Amino acid sequence: MQYLVSVIYDASDLATPEEMAAIDVFNDGLIAAGHWVFAGGLAAPGSATVIDNRGEEAILTDGPFVESKEFLAGFWIIDAADLDVALKLAAAGSKACNRKVEVRPFR
Amino acid sequence: MSGADVREVITQVHREEWARVVASLTRRFGDLDIAEEAAAEAFGAAVERWPAGGVPPNPGAWLTTTASRKAIDRLRRESKRADKHKEAQVLYDDDPPEPAGAIDDDRLRLIFTCCHPALAMQTRVALTLRMVGGLTVPEIARAFLIQESAMEQRITRAKAKIKAARIPYRVPSAADLPARLSGVLTVLFLVFNEGYLATGPGTDPVRPGLTAEAIRLTRVIRALVPADGEVAGLLALMLLIEARRTARVSAGGELVTLDEQDRRAWDAELIAEGHRLVRERLATREAPGRYQLLAAINAVHTSAGDVRDTDWSQIVALYDQLVRLDPSPVIALNRAIAVAELDGPEVALAAVDRLADRLAEYHAFHATRADLLRRLGRGDQSRAAYDKAIELTRNTAEAASLRRRRDQLGLALRGSFSMIMKGRVG
Repeated sequence: MQYLVSVIYDASDLATPEEMAAIDVFNDGLIAAGHWVFAGGLAAPGSATVIDNRGEEAILTDGPFVESKEFLAGFWIIDAADLDVALKLAAAGSKACNRKVEVRPFR
Repeated sequence: MSGADVREVITQVHREEWARVVASLTRRFGDLDIAEEAAAEAFGAAVERWPAGGVPPNPGAWLTTTASRKAIDRLRRESKRADKHKEAQVLYDDDPPEPAGAIDDDRLRLIFTCCHPALAMQTRVALTLRMVGGLTVPEIARAFLIQESAMEQRITRAKAKIKAARIPYRVPSAADLPARLSGVLTVLFLVFNEGYLATGPGTDPVRPGLTAEAIRLTRVIRALVPADGEVAGLLALMLLIEARRTARVSAGGELVTLDEQDRRAWDAELIAEGHRLVRERLATREAPGRYQLLAAINAVHTSAGDVRDTDWSQIVALYDQLVRLDPSPVIALNRAIAVAELDGPEVALAAVDRLADRLAEYHAFHATRADLLRRLGRGDQSRAAYDKAIELTRNTAEAASLRRRRDQLGLALRGSFSMIMKGRVG
């Protein structure tokens, strides 16, 4: 069972060296225990472009699809037996990157 | 057996077996929705067949078998439609089987799933009442004064989340158990409190259905984890409060405070059982938790045949222990009420006033201040505090009681009655 662990943040600063080091330790643990699927950090929401090609031609819009104070700053995709395991991992991830996270199952 | 007798049997079997049937089907089919629907259909079949065919020798087994068949029928229908039903066979429990004697009861798994911390508190309450308590959706909607369709939607969403996010169907590991069990007790105490001090205009001030249901579910948990002190404490607490239920509301629909209650109307049997549980916990010499201390406080109150015989120093000592465990302002407020009886209203008022910042929106804070100010002869301030308490309370019987006390205040002052009113405990 795979879960998306989204990192939620509301400022433009990047992870500090301490946070990066903690994230590395956390990632190593994920890999060692077989939970790792994928992870990545995202550039600021202002760098996003929305494309809608359902009509005649592709329409481009500058900026993210939803403007909000909080945005997706990065994510993990983890493999876990059930939500209890996923929540424990996500709690450790939140501690490591020092940000709020959201856990959402894949279908 | 007459039709009425059979209906009586079905009601009783429903009370005793509903959770077991839902729990065992959830375990077998790995799907709460299927389990709930099949259990409801099986009880429907019992209502149809038992009056004519007779009650089977083992009603629980009959219901489980019938419900399993209904579930398999539904899965076959769905597999024909969607051509995939394997996933319904998935069990979320991949723990090795627990050794005999360990906590192992499907109902316990069910309770932990319904009270999972990833669900909103209101959802946990509703789901527990539906899946474990066997209340119908309309019954739960009525109890919480929300639209049936909204309650239906809340429960449906919860079942969908449990399935999609794979909330596990198992008893938490030993390391997580205390915290998770404490979460379950919170849900049960919420159900009890809603029955005990119902909120909302136009509602019955007390809803015995909910208090009885909370007590019944706590008994189930107690039977499953008999060594847990807080489970015993919560059960004792509920019993000792429930024992006073009939004395708590007057014929006129007004809340009667503890010091004014007719103690002969208290339920002696419930009190005896509550006291037994409290003594049992004392005998273990383990450090008591929050519910055990609250139960002990209620045991002291219910040991006094007359309010004047109340051992206030014992109650204050128990509150001192409780404050160390739970520094919440509400506990401090209740401690101050006991202090008023021991050290007088002036000392108590000083303690209460220190809580003003944190309890400004809490009706009991203002009601307590009003009573203390009245006892100190500060009529105008007392009246203002009663007004504020009446404005804030959401319980109709309590509002009536507060209005009466406020209006008596006027009488007492105008008629310069001597202080005929003594302290009230709440």
